Amino acid sequence: MQVAQIALIVIPLALIEIGLMLFCVYDLFQEDRRVRGDSKVLWALVIFFGEGIGPLIYLFAGRDESRGAETGGVGSTSSASIAGILSSWPKLASTGELAVVTRGLAKTYGRVAALERLDLEVPSGSIFGFLGPNGAGKTTTLRLLTGLATATGGTATVAGVRIGGTGGELPRHIGYLDQDPRFYGWMRGRELLELVGQLHGLHGAELRQRVGDVLEIVGLSEAAHRRIAGYSGGMRQRLGIGQAILNRPQVLFLDEPVSSLDPEGRRDVLEIVSRLRGTATVFMSTHILNDVERVCDRVAILNLGHLVVEGPIDELLDRYAQPIYELEPEPQQPGSIERLAEAMRGQPWARDVVCTPDKVRVFVNDPKVASPAILPLVVSSGVGLVRYERARPSLEDVFLRLVAESSVATIPQLAIPVTGLDGRGRR
Amino acid sequence: MMGFRALLFKELREQIRTARLVAVSVVFIVFGILGPVTDRYMKELIDAIGAQSGGFTVQIPPPTLDGALVQITKNLSQFGIICALLLAMGSVAWEKERGTAGMILTKPASRAAFLAAKLVAISFTLGIATALGTGVAYVYTLILYPTVFPLGGYIAMAALLWWILVTFTAITLLGSTITRSAIAAAGIGLVALVVMGLVGALPVIGPYMPPSLGDPARALALGNDPGWLVGPLAFNVVLVPVLFAVTWLVFRRQEL
Repeated sequence: MQVAQIALIVIPLALIEIGLMLFCVYDLFQEDRRVRGDSKVLWALVIFFGEGIGPLIYLFAGRDESRGAETGGVGSTSSASIAGILSSWPKLASTGELAVVTRGLAKTYGRVAALERLDLEVPSGSIFGFLGPNGAGKTTTLRLLTGLATATGGTATVAGVRIGGTGGELPRHIGYLDQDPRFYGWMRGRELLELVGQLHGLHGAELRQRVGDVLEIVGLSEAAHRRIAGYSGGMRQRLGIGQAILNRPQVLFLDEPVSSLDPEGRRDVLEIVSRLRGTATVFMSTHILNDVERVCDRVAILNLGHLVVEGPIDELLDRYAQPIYELEPEPQQPGSIERLAEAMRGQPWARDVVCTPDKVRVFVNDPKVASPAILPLVVSSGVGLVRYERARPSLEDVFLRLVAESSVATIPQLAIPVTGLDGRGRR
Repeated sequence: MMGFRALLFKELREQIRTARLVAVSVVFIVFGILGPVTDRYMKELIDAIGAQSGGFTVQIPPPTLDGALVQITKNLSQFGIICALLLAMGSVAWEKERGTAGMILTKPASRAAFLAAKLVAISFTLGIATALGTGVAYVYTLILYPTVFPLGGYIAMAALLWWILVTFTAITLLGSTITRSAIAAAGIGLVALVVMGLVGALPVIGPYMPPSLGDPARALALGNDPGWLVGPLAFNVVLVPVLFAVTWLVFRRQEL
């Protein structure tokens, strides 16, 4: 072969190789680029000394698009700012329609019944807490109501649209946040919201305005230009809420929206949810009961695929909460506390006694009998107290009691009538 | 197809941002160069090695334009099919596994649009790469074999090669939809490749198999008679929409 012929072969291949190497090295040392194995130096060596195919190995196998360098945090959006933006969003018309109605909704996987004959009515504009232990059927219900799964029995309507129908009408009225929201790592936050907006038919200035508003609401304005692969779990959760509310949905389904957030993130998300009251019906599954008490109007408790109870929180507390006395002993007296607990457990008025390191909680059947009897027992046990009070039963107490009872035996449904609704489910 | 336009732009942007377009184009360009070069210098190379090693001889036919085109079509179709499998194997399976499919399909986007955007975007990437690969191969062939051959026929060859790759993309997309595993999807594509290769050797139905389009493609590039091409061409043109329809029927009822 002549030199010219060799040059004809070698020079173009060398130029391609060098160009590819430079591109790969540029890509490798981008601030938010993550690589498999987490060693950028190692991948640089592969690119340069990989027998010519190093750059291709890097492009196909080295880049990790599912995650990125978690740089920076979220911006904080003031309550006034969120309220200002959301106040300009259209309010739900107060027609008394129900936002979600299920009749005998059921889902089985083979012989396993994930959900059995769920009858539920969620008033429009409410913030509805959907509670239950793991495996109760909460996520299954949400997947049925959002059209991601198909019911094996019963019917349901969401925002007046029958689920399982054709025509693609349902997605126009709902927003949905998965319990572990995952997005395209290569996209930037703003681009994801723009894609969602385009799918909802938004374009031009309206799209830009809406995306800007939503980024502001969820506190991601400063991170909007960064790749999602570099977002922390909390930022992904915020972005998830952003994509769910972008179309101003009539019904917003949130599956465990705060479970992966730090306290500040939880506060911010609950603030957003709370501000959506009247703008959307929020259907929120969770097992963080304090959060439910803070923001929800009504709750339903699900266990083993069955609806245990449903109604306004105050009514549930009135009906199912049993009186509790809380005793906070002085420190350094563990043996005495155990003796006190045992003594109380033997009393006919005590339904249960729960000891924690700093507290004794006494659940009683009849407060009129229990109230005068507790302190004499404390005195006779020789326990010193820092605090003694009759506590307000929490939703957690009701939840634990009802779930425990429903797990032991299939109890009849303890449905509380939806206040103000007639027999056809209308106000 | 509701949402097709937005999803197509997303898929095209993904092909660019994840460097798939660059990587596949480089593969095609490299093998586009190597096709004619290998054929042109293989004999000289083997003779030189034989002389150095003291006497063994391997009979290599002298380089011809036909041989160069055989190398081009073989290289680009083989590595092109591998690229098609790699591009399509995770396209649906990974989205189902990661939950992004669920996120998109709770928006006003039909499942047909979701699938079609992927098929079109991957076909676009393969189309660009095929154009670059065959373009480079054309230039090298003209330099190394200073003979004239019809550009129209060569373009038709490139188009047929591309359609073979689109067919394998559609097959792998079906595999990626049926399974939740990208590896299984690639396996389905490979099994299809083997089965089509075997069926392609049969006398009557053989010419209808996608890989069998390589022979008439070369004939077209050389300006020769490709034989009866209408039937196989029509079959392969229809095969892709049929595969897409099956994929959609499978995906339509799937729970995400």
